Amino acid sequence: MDYFFQQLINGLTLGGVYALVALGYTMVYGIIQLINFAHGEIFAAGGYLGVILLSYMASQGLMDSHPWFGLAFALILAMGYCAMLAMAVEKVAYKPLRQSSRLSVLLSALGMSIFLQNGLMLTQGVYDKAYPTEFTHGGFEWLGVRVSYMQIGILAVTALLLVLLNTLVFKTRIGKAMRATAQDKVMSALVGIHSDKVISTTFAIGAALAAAAGIMVGLYYGSVRYDMGFVPGIKAFAAAVLGGIGNITGAMIGGLIIGMVEILAAAYIPAGGEYKDVFAFVILIGVLYFMPTGIMGENVDDTRV
Amino acid sequence: MTRGSRKSWQYFGLGLAWFYLLLWPLLGIRDGELHFAATFAVWLRVAVGATICFVLYRLGKAGRLDGVLHPLAAARDAVGDAMSRAPRWMLLTPVIVFALAYPMLTNRYAQDVAINVLVYICLGLGLNVVVGLCGLLDLGYIAFYGVGAYTYALLSVHYSVPFWVCLPICAVFAAVAGCFIGYPTLRMRGDYLAIVTLGFGEIVRIVINNWMALTGGPNGILGIKSPGIYIPHFVDGSFSFEYLLLRKLEYLYYVILALAAFTIVAVHRINFSRIGRAFEAIREDETAAELMGVDTFRFKLLAYALGAVFGGLAGAFFAARMRFVSPESFTFIESAMVLAMVVLGGMGSIPGVILGALALVALPEAFREFELYRMLAFGGAMAVMMLVRPAGLWPAARMGKRSDDTE
Repeated sequence: MDYFFQQLINGLTLGGVYALVALGYTMVYGIIQLINFAHGEIFAAGGYLGVILLSYMASQGLMDSHPWFGLAFALILAMGYCAMLAMAVEKVAYKPLRQSSRLSVLLSALGMSIFLQNGLMLTQGVYDKAYPTEFTHGGFEWLGVRVSYMQIGILAVTALLLVLLNTLVFKTRIGKAMRATAQDKVMSALVGIHSDKVISTTFAIGAALAAAAGIMVGLYYGSVRYDMGFVPGIKAFAAAVLGGIGNITGAMIGGLIIGMVEILAAAYIPAGGEYKDVFAFVILIGVLYFMPTGIMGENVDDTRV
Repeated sequence: MTRGSRKSWQYFGLGLAWFYLLLWPLLGIRDGELHFAATFAVWLRVAVGATICFVLYRLGKAGRLDGVLHPLAAARDAVGDAMSRAPRWMLLTPVIVFALAYPMLTNRYAQDVAINVLVYICLGLGLNVVVGLCGLLDLGYIAFYGVGAYTYALLSVHYSVPFWVCLPICAVFAAVAGCFIGYPTLRMRGDYLAIVTLGFGEIVRIVINNWMALTGGPNGILGIKSPGIYIPHFVDGSFSFEYLLLRKLEYLYYVILALAAFTIVAVHRINFSRIGRAFEAIREDETAAELMGVDTFRFKLLAYALGAVFGGLAGAFFAARMRFVSPESFTFIESAMVLAMVVLGGMGSIPGVILGALALVALPEAFREFELYRMLAFGGAMAVMMLVRPAGLWPAARMGKRSDDTE
């Protein structure tokens, strides 16, 4: 039983990270019906920004004196950086294609994903980059379950970001504008909502969440790699689909489920470790086949299923 | 300077500043120091290039370049007109003669590149059936290439089945894999289909990578035999057949040339058959096609299987040529590469796909010193192509008129 709870904690941590990435997919899909392939790369860029900033601060001695301040600072800077990056990608590659076919935008997104991935590789190298992790060691044992401070931190930050996002989307003006644009772009433009700005904001918010996820994954696993965005990106998309694409609460739940399934399957199914990446894809295919609206989704029009 | 042009220059400057901000953290913070020179050098090069392009774009828009552009456009139209009026054999004969004489004119390296191009032509044309004709976006196409390659590799290593016997077997296996993947996914449309095929492609790669007992996992399979032929042999009046393994590059070149020619002819025939028309109807409007009596599910499955067959054939050749297969050759990036050829060349257009394969495989060889930047340029080009020429370099000729065509 201890083993089960241990795996549950691990799954929760991983699921929280997937949920953060999935939110970016689901928000963008909800608003412009685009699978933003570049989102996984933005997640990776967040991880890289984290390692760059943390190593710099560690070399300046800041991490020894104020480790928590340093972490928060790196997190916020990386989130800001990725928001800028995503807005630039949106302006360059997606906005001019707003009127063209969905296939063109999808291919443009694929091109941007390859471009960003190779940009990261060229500027930061092909090898794994190690995170400075001296300050994240430690943990405690509770009822036989080992919980590291890192996991607590990840869960806390994830929860905080999810609450902030919920407030933003459901309680503020810009959130209302986002929801209106997602529902009906023409109508919301008629009542005075600047849809280009709203779309930019959506990209920025999604990217900021992905950046936070990237840093946390880097801290958790201890290193980042230029192509680390691809597989988690697909899994997060699976999570978004599972929760019902376009639905924010659904994406959170879907992320947690995908994370749990991955960890539990790796722990309990024989040879599950090697095939752990397969489970997310199987869930994705199964959900699309049997339940295309997902858990929380509304109706799906005939352009998709 | 008009108001509009000032505004666009402001946006351009803002874009460059934004780009510097994005670039600096990645290049400028190293080893606990802040650097500026390295970023600036890279940024300056990009900025100069972008400025030149932007100035040309503005001049073209303002009509200053009409003196150059108009004669160019006229010349292009004249060439296109002459080409379309010349009988087809006059255009095809030089191409065929050149393709046949190619190994005699060139060295090993050039033959190697040509073989690569031809393999990708086969793959591109296969994917063209699925994406270009039927309009089903498939991001896991390389899985069929992998199925073909592994089928031949396993049959050759364990049972030493000859290449020519394996070719149809590989095609059948790939077609079965196509139906197997196609059956559950084809109920989806558009980008849901894209993401599911991507998932399937990854599943195939992961399975190959982890099924140690069958595929050898990441180590791959060694010792695959080359294609062999029997050649008549006359010694001292007696007549016998001699078995010759086609290991030399020029022989392999002819094998893949034959395979590519087969693919081109087959895709061309499919394109202009009843099946091809059904595919195009599905691409243009699936619901309408179904209403007109096209069995959309069956034809979509057929498109999938046909595309998979060409991928499987190319895969079998790939295994025979490398004499080694490993999962690394069947990653997502390869799928994206093949898709880019189809899109770059022009979806549904056979000469377009050939042009796309040439552009994406042969062109990078010409710029070998920029090898590192290859994928970067490739990703960028994919996005830019969608902006400036979404129909591709050589768009497919449409047959007949449509209701939404303007006169």
